Amino acid sequence: MRYLPHTKEDIQSMLEVTGHKTLENLFDSIPQDLKSKNGINIPEAISEWDLNAHMEHLASDNIACRDYKCFIGAGSYDHYIPAIVPYLISRSEFMTAYTPYQPEISQGTLQGIYEFQTMVTHLLGMDIATASHYDGGTALAEAALISLRTHKTANTVAVSRLTHPSHRQIVDTYLRPTQFKVIEIPCTEDGITDLKALEAMEDLAGICVQSPNFLGNIEDLEKVRQIATDKKAMMVASFTEAMAYGLLKNPGSLGADIVAGEGQSLGISKSFGGPGLGLLAGTKKQMRNLPGRLIGKTTDVKGRPGYVLTLATREQHIRREKASSNICSNNGLCAMTAGIYMATVGKIGMRKIAQLNHNKAIYLKKTLIESGLTPAFDVPFFNEFVMKVPEGFDQMRRNLIEEQCIFAGLDLEPYYPELKGHYLFCATETVSKEDIDYLAKEVQS
Amino acid sequence: MTQKPGTGGLKFNEPQLWDKSRKGRCAVSLPKEDVEESLLDDSLVGDAPDLPQLSELDVVRHYTRLSQWNFGVDSGMYPLGSCTMKYNPKINEVQASRQGFAAAHPFSGDEASQGALKLMYSLEQFLAEITGFEAVSVQPAAGAHGELTGMLMIHKYHEKKGKQRSKIIIPDTAHGTNPASASLCGYDSINVKSGPNGILEPEAVKAVMDEDTAGIMLTNPNTLGLFENHMKEIADIVHAKGGLVYGDGANMNAIMGVVKPGEIGIDVLHLNLHKTFSTPHGGGGPGAGPVAVNKILEPFLPVPRIVKEENIFKFVSTQPDTIGRMHTFYGHFGVLVRAYSYILSLGAQGLSNASKLAVLNANYIKEKLKGTLHLPYDLPCMHECVFNDKIQKEQYHITTMDMAKRLLDYGFHPPTVYFPLVVDGAFMVEPTETESKEGIDQFIDAVKAIAKEAETDPEKLKTAPHITKVTRLDEVAAARKPCLKG
Amino acid sequence: MKELNDLNLPEDVRYTEDHEWTKASGDHVIVGISDYAQDQLGEIVFVELPEVGDSFSQGDEFGSVESVKAVSEIYLPISGEIAEINESLEDAPELVNESCYEKGWLVKIKPSDASQMDNLMDKTAYLDMLKG
Repeated sequence: MRYLPHTKEDIQSMLEVTGHKTLENLFDSIPQDLKSKNGINIPEAISEWDLNAHMEHLASDNIACRDYKCFIGAGSYDHYIPAIVPYLISRSEFMTAYTPYQPEISQGTLQGIYEFQTMVTHLLGMDIATASHYDGGTALAEAALISLRTHKTANTVAVSRLTHPSHRQIVDTYLRPTQFKVIEIPCTEDGITDLKALEAMEDLAGICVQSPNFLGNIEDLEKVRQIATDKKAMMVASFTEAMAYGLLKNPGSLGADIVAGEGQSLGISKSFGGPGLGLLAGTKKQMRNLPGRLIGKTTDVKGRPGYVLTLATREQHIRREKASSNICSNNGLCAMTAGIYMATVGKIGMRKIAQLNHNKAIYLKKTLIESGLTPAFDVPFFNEFVMKVPEGFDQMRRNLIEEQCIFAGLDLEPYYPELKGHYLFCATETVSKEDIDYLAKEVQS
Repeated sequence: MTQKPGTGGLKFNEPQLWDKSRKGRCAVSLPKEDVEESLLDDSLVGDAPDLPQLSELDVVRHYTRLSQWNFGVDSGMYPLGSCTMKYNPKINEVQASRQGFAAAHPFSGDEASQGALKLMYSLEQFLAEITGFEAVSVQPAAGAHGELTGMLMIHKYHEKKGKQRSKIIIPDTAHGTNPASASLCGYDSINVKSGPNGILEPEAVKAVMDEDTAGIMLTNPNTLGLFENHMKEIADIVHAKGGLVYGDGANMNAIMGVVKPGEIGIDVLHLNLHKTFSTPHGGGGPGAGPVAVNKILEPFLPVPRIVKEENIFKFVSTQPDTIGRMHTFYGHFGVLVRAYSYILSLGAQGLSNASKLAVLNANYIKEKLKGTLHLPYDLPCMHECVFNDKIQKEQYHITTMDMAKRLLDYGFHPPTVYFPLVVDGAFMVEPTETESKEGIDQFIDAVKAIAKEAETDPEKLKTAPHITKVTRLDEVAAARKPCLKG
Repeated sequence: MKELNDLNLPEDVRYTEDHEWTKASGDHVIVGISDYAQDQLGEIVFVELPEVGDSFSQGDEFGSVESVKAVSEIYLPISGEIAEINESLEDAPELVNESCYEKGWLVKIKPSDASQMDNLMDKTAYLDMLKG
């Protein structure tokens, strides 16, 4: 096996040092009845050549293998990844390092993530961003927990029904064994969160609203801020499409206390949903309540600038059962990827790409209307929107996938039964006018 | 001694991104604008985010220089105890970046995702077979996330039985994530001390196990690198009172092909694919933390599950007793591809050999360095061994931290220090199987040379490291006046 | 770390087993941590204090003191309501290291039963306890 360097002679001479006769004897201290009598029944080792063939075969069973067109977002977005992003992130010094516990030989990771934290605060308009979480859903669960733990009396968090369905499920899973409760804020017929219903709710520790919401619509976060202030609840803004904040007012400027969201759009491949990038940011006041790693700037004993993991006393390895979260790792390499992406597109590129997304989505909506689909809502959106489809659309959609590798929207019925016959469409900068016109033509026929 | 790998080397200075930023630069190529511009209402539009403005070469040089200040497994030996820093095979990266995997949208639907589903299903089966469990979910995103998943299952199990319990037993050698995960489920941690030889005694468990205790969280091999020999007896005690046994599989790299945790009384186990199954640590993630369970706990696994019906793979979310969802989609699929590729490359024999050689390497280091460093538990070890600074501290006022920092000058990543907490000044070495005898001999020589320096030139250790990009950093200032963004 | 005999242990304060000290000051009682406690913790980077108006019973945890790698809970030596907190610690937690009995005090409380002070240790008893 090419990863195992030991020659027969090495093994022999090492066993002499350890005082064992055979490799098996190394396990003599384990009682016989705890050892397995059954071998491992898995396939024999295969060569690199055979592995490549096998994996390509598997990969080609996914329709993504061919040059496909994706008109689905819903938490995972098809954005162009500049060539330098995967090139730089593949540097083994980034990829094969551990958590930067020894800062003297981890300054690359540390400065890179510090810069990432900084760029995230600029993107979201917040004071502090963590070094990242697993994904948008787990970041939102952590945010909900912060609001509940810091509130003196209330033990309920309200979550908009138009928050990503998976994110809501994760919040439920995390909170179920606790004494805390989750209630759902209903939505209006316009496809936005029903803020009147929210106003009628009492004793809330936190209010979680996603914008743009799962249906693509932009929420009135300013109003959410007012309600949160009136109710002395924490305002948690979430998102799944980080690109939106290249164009929209960011949640920080609208008064969010905590922002939790998914950063996959920032240069990370869809990769069947993971790994993505959980973004979690807060106001200065929340600094010590934010779980997860934080990197800070300091100096070394010679006065040179350097970076370290800091405020570790919030974390599990020190506070153990009193820690605010059990989170240990971050999605470090994904955070570094997002950092490289943001540095690459920069201020100019981010705005242009975001505007392009919006332009394409508006054009897609317009052409789909022309081909006979009906818009479900008439409110502002970023790059996703909902259309009501005619009978037979589903079959046509299946054919498009099988025959032409075109994914024409996401059926909303499994997530919102009241939206039977409605599909969520997304257009990003990666689809051309030609692609959209083609889709429209297919839909029309 | 043989030549040490560490040298001064050429290191570039590199400012922060925004110091290089010049208004008007942009490093991205944009597509042509083929549709009309549509403006959102002014009231919705914000300022463009204040990101740095750089050219493509600016970005490339910046991150290249940063990377050169980092130490990875590819740079040198990384014997970080409890972290299993083994070689990360490059062919696994090739697999994960195949278009069919990397570009797959998670909502493509089962029919269009058969390759991904088949891979995840097979990986679950492989992991179940390696660990001796009934079923596996590869959804959890990291070790601690898998741990939380396992504890949520135990919580739900007791709830289903009709009576929730309030406590959980955790030995003093446990990882910090154990008590933190338990407390997220509302369980109070009951700490038990390991016996004088570093192993948990059944009597200690018996004394605290009762019908209000949900179970026990155990790491086996434990964090001292010792195998918990009384595993079955302890499991029996816990099971007799209606509790369950949680296994932290962080140290699975020691026992593949030798012990199957599912056969020795453990009810649920999490694995760290970034440790045992070679996926890169990425400077702190992403990892993956699958959970393996026995038949009793299978109904509680997170959803969606993957099932196979007539050679078609499907996601199913209808299990009535599931704890629910842990991840937005299906976990860290890209990491799963790498682990699957690793298992196929090694096969049963390769995995078993990996464990044997990992244990051989650790025992070799233990024998060679005991005497140079104090060895609190002089027993046959598994994949790692724990020394401390007793000798150097008493004789020369040199601490574990000083020796660890000096190792950097010699070109080695230091071992895990000051963990486990039960060993004062712990110095925990896990070489892994992918280090060769020569590499290990170099490491041993370096530690011996440092121990000598402790005697002859202690100041050199106290002020180490000397040839790194920066030297010891002021962590007190960083924490007193946090500066978390530029 | 200081030798026990080098510790600064004033005569005019009372000590607890958890290494807090108290001292009457008019209607209020001032609370801090002892020289032994600050020395053991090392360089203090953050002090978490309650809000003015919060009430605690004797022995309740009312905050924590953090160094870079450790957190120590602090317990109220006698029952009462928080009348004042030492706000200068927010920007200068190092005051607890530099001046634990003067500038580094933690809270002032309005005691609900000042006689609880009598059960606390004087310097000699505290030093005996430290010597074990």
